[in-house]
Amino acid sequence: MTRYTSATPDDRAEMLAAIGVESTADLFAQIPEPLRLGRPLALPAGMSEAEVYERLAALAARNADCEEQVCFLGAGMYDHYVPAIVDAITQRSEFLTPYTPYQPEISQGGLQAMFEFQTAMSELTALPVSNAGLYEGPSSVASAAYLALGASKGRRRIVVSRGVHPHSRETLATYSQGFGAEVEEVGLDGGVTDAAALARAVDGETAAVFLQSPNFLGAIEDVEALGGAAEEHGALLIVAVDPMTLGVLRPPGEQGADIALGEGQPLGNRLDFGGPSFGFFCGSEELIRKMPGRIAGETDDADGRRGFVLTLQTREQHIRREKATHNICTAQALNALAATIHLAWLGREGFRELGELLVRRTAYARERLAAAPGVELLYEAPVAREFALRLDAPVDRVLDRCAERGIAAGYPLGREYPEYEDGLLVAITERRTKAQIDDFAEVLGAAISAEMVAAS
Amino acid sequence: MADASYPDDLLYHDQHDWARLEGDEHAVFGVTWYAQDSLGEVVFYDPPEVGAAINKDSSYAEVESVKAVSDVIAPMSGEIVEVNDVLADAPEQINDDPYGEGWLVKVRLTAPGEAEALLGAEEYRKLVENG
Repeated sequence: MTRYTSATPDDRAEMLAAIGVESTADLFAQIPEPLRLGRPLALPAGMSEAEVYERLAALAARNADCEEQVCFLGAGMYDHYVPAIVDAITQRSEFLTPYTPYQPEISQGGLQAMFEFQTAMSELTALPVSNAGLYEGPSSVASAAYLALGASKGRRRIVVSRGVHPHSRETLATYSQGFGAEVEEVGLDGGVTDAAALARAVDGETAAVFLQSPNFLGAIEDVEALGGAAEEHGALLIVAVDPMTLGVLRPPGEQGADIALGEGQPLGNRLDFGGPSFGFFCGSEELIRKMPGRIAGETDDADGRRGFVLTLQTREQHIRREKATHNICTAQALNALAATIHLAWLGREGFRELGELLVRRTAYARERLAAAPGVELLYEAPVAREFALRLDAPVDRVLDRCAERGIAAGYPLGREYPEYEDGLLVAITERRTKAQIDDFAEVLGAAISAEMVAAS
Repeated sequence: MADASYPDDLLYHDQHDWARLEGDEHAVFGVTWYAQDSLGEVVFYDPPEVGAAINKDSSYAEVESVKAVSDVIAPMSGEIVEVNDVLADAPEQINDDPYGEGWLVKVRLTAPGEAEALLGAEEYRKLVENG
């Protein structure tokens, strides 16, 4: 029997003979007759491989993707170019198939890759410790809240800016019910967190303050200044960041963040209809024993050679049980590996150049689109790779018209922010050329005009 | 510490903690030889705050070894007056000298009568050797 094909009838007969059982049905003899189905499962007949291909291709064709539509939609996940080298390495069975490396002696490659990933994220965020990845951005935020509550010796309040991604705030609210924590949201002003409101919201019972920069609306927040409120009351400052902007923006670790985390998809992972992706989580040295997720460590083996292991496993659920720092069990290591490869391929200079390109092209797009009739900026605050516009026509209708012209125009802010009902969130990546941006400006203007005519 | 040792001048709790009474109102607590031997190499001690109230039979701290994290149980009730800071940089003292340099906390007792419920060295030794 090979490792990858299932048992043949001869294999089964041999196994049954070895255990002294007549037939497979006899193995289920303990199940009472009334509970047995007694008929084949109501499944359609099997299809040939070619028929399956046709069927799935037809289903897939019902979706639009970024090859068909020019994508200006971001809102947390971005249409970056993923170089071929990422797949060339991640599709190798040594990386593609394994699970958690509990046996370090046969997992050195995977563990070293994790260690490299941790090193990269630690350098990008300017925080000394990183874990090997979590599921995605939103659950990383919730995990950080759990950490803060545990570390704060009795505090029960969490303060979060409405600039933090709606999915993160929703997940935080979900987890907080279980933690028995109270979450207070602070609103935005001029596209960024309302500093005065934040200062009023934070007190001696606050375990953590959550910010995001660039925030969900694309605006860059003054993390250091806002963090003062957290520091004053001894609350942890936790900042969600877009990793793709860390080549050009001041890293959270240099702005006073105790924890920096976020959605890792922009690095090395395609959109893939929303996942899988990975979350990253970096923090200060003092918090290392409370951090969630796996942590790869570098050490020496019995012969003095450098080796890698999962370390600080005493935080994890298979050892600490109900007192564990987290309950993560599946491996997002493959997605984190994709990110590591992408970063290595870009290199330090390349990563910074890519960041600069994003900023320049975003500035260009912002100016061109705001100049279109019926469009203005939602706010003036500086941005990095995403920005919000105000439209003079219903945003959903405008999106439909743009889609008919082959453009996914962006995210309708009204869906999550009733205070910005006429807002459209537009994202730029290095795949968006000047020609595409110019075309979009024309299409957007035309769509708004058409809507205004239709409404009058 | 290589061989099992249970000094006669200490009192013992069946959750493998010891108490050394100092005068009528104070005591020093730690974990026994059996505890450190079971845990293996201790890598981290998470102490309580000075001033914290601790209760007999409840956990007041955690000791982490390479393979497990263990609650440390208070043999008697009281208020923490001192914590062994040496353990922050040298947690292995809990293994090497569990009754001396490896002491965990010093406590002002709130119910000295609780000492009655504790075991003597011989009783405790029998408890751990008989399983």
